[in-house]
Amino acid sequence: MIEAVQAWFQRLYETTGFNFTIFYDPYDWDRYVAGLRMTLLLGISTILISLVIGAVGALLQSGPSRLLRGIVNGFVVVFRNTPPLVQIFFFYFGLGTLLPDVRSADGLRAPILDNVQWAIVSLALFAGAFNVEIFRSGIEAVPKTTVEAAEALGYTRFKAYRHVVLPLALRVCLPALNNNLINLLKTTTLAYAIAVPETLYAVKQIWSESQNVLEMMLVLLATYAVLVGVLVWIMHRWERALRIPGYGR
Amino acid sequence: MSASDRTGLRADVRPEGCPTDLPVLLPFALAEGHPPARLRPVHGWLLCGVAVVTFPAWAQGAAVAPSPLDVVIKWAPLLLTGFAFNVAISLMAMAIGTFAGIGLGLAMLAEGVVLRRIAWSITQVFRNVPWLVLLFFVMFLVPFQVTVFGLRVPLPDWVKATFGFSLPVMANVAEIVRGAVRSVPNTQWEAAESLAFTRRQTLWRIILPQCAKRMLPPWMNVYALIAMATVQASIVGVTEMLTLTAQVHAAEGGRPELFAPLYGFAMLCFFLYCYPIDRLTAVLERRFETR
Repeated sequence: MIEAVQAWFQRLYETTGFNFTIFYDPYDWDRYVAGLRMTLLLGISTILISLVIGAVGALLQSGPSRLLRGIVNGFVVVFRNTPPLVQIFFFYFGLGTLLPDVRSADGLRAPILDNVQWAIVSLALFAGAFNVEIFRSGIEAVPKTTVEAAEALGYTRFKAYRHVVLPLALRVCLPALNNNLINLLKTTTLAYAIAVPETLYAVKQIWSESQNVLEMMLVLLATYAVLVGVLVWIMHRWERALRIPGYGR
Repeated sequence: MSASDRTGLRADVRPEGCPTDLPVLLPFALAEGHPPARLRPVHGWLLCGVAVVTFPAWAQGAAVAPSPLDVVIKWAPLLLTGFAFNVAISLMAMAIGTFAGIGLGLAMLAEGVVLRRIAWSITQVFRNVPWLVLLFFVMFLVPFQVTVFGLRVPLPDWVKATFGFSLPVMANVAEIVRGAVRSVPNTQWEAAESLAFTRRQTLWRIILPQCAKRMLPPWMNVYALIAMATVQASIVGVTEMLTLTAQVHAAEGGRPELFAPLYGFAMLCFFLYCYPIDRLTAVLERRFETR
């Protein structure tokens, strides 16, 4: 099977000149798959972390402490209105060099967080800032009477938030959340700028060595189209699974 | 927190001659709510003030090398020129993208099935592919010069980058146009039809004027996004603010402690440019809210 595919693409190259190296050259294929894996790692970890940041931020934003609300608001405003690429540079170059180094196992000096981890941190904070706003709009859509009813039943503020408000708010803001998470998946390409070997990086390496820019561009477009398509599909499944009959539209 | 706080009752409003301490018997008064915290320009100036005061103090330790603040001030004119270039790219990309996007959006509403399908697929592709990938696409696959009627027109990098940014703008604007037209009640179409307007007349003279107001806030949102995305041009080798920032850092001897202030300055520029747009969008959204 694999040999047949490889032979077919080899023949495609010899007859038409379309050089899809990744489909017959195992070395390029491995690099491409490694890049894809890194994109998935970035995507999944940042999505999960940003959801947590959004939920905690929204809780603090509706909380009683003025200071915490001010901090969360400042965080949201700053991260929403500055370019994500500059944020990544600021974190990786700016903060990364200010933090002390640690000694790795073989005695070499290594930064506390490497470029992959910094990319995850800054992308999660960037998307988290949007999630805070999205969750807040969802929380505002939960009727006050529902919260009061929960309070009357003896829920504490945190318990009411966790068991009553958040589940309802989540359903209200899912469409907006969908959009933001898809955006986040697309923004992971920016990690390319600090040499994180994700899909774009791997594909660029391949096309600069194999001289097949057009073919690899098509592969790249198709890859992201499929990745985004899968995420959209998952989110729609989730949306349908969470739907409460009679609640919302 | 006392019991009276939690019940929303206040002991100090107890009427004269009321002998009870039981909260239930007290008249009802609303507990004081918290006003939502908002960042105001004052806070920005305060932050700037704090930065101005603390930066020199922090840099006192390294007396030989110029302080980070001095470096930023020294290079600010150059960096701001780069920033102006970013703004120019974003404005041009927005202009091109808006025109193309309106066309594409109207094509998505066309009556012909084939045209509609094609426009829909173009929109989906350009919306779902990362902007950086589109930028690479245009940078590598568009030739560096084109020949029109025997006249060789060179296409410098920044022109290609502008074109690359206008592609996602086009797709997003197309979706905005489609959404806005769809949000106009069907009765408007029917009323226009009964007044013997043709389809084109209905669209241009009745539907689109109503849409303009609804399209403005999301359109401004797209603009803020594209303005922030222009820094990605530095990845593909266009000399704009971020490229200049890296060059300035190298020119100052590549000291690692200079990274944070220099990139912080870039963040500040974009923040001061995008935050007002963001606030204005929110205000317009609230004002144009229908229903």
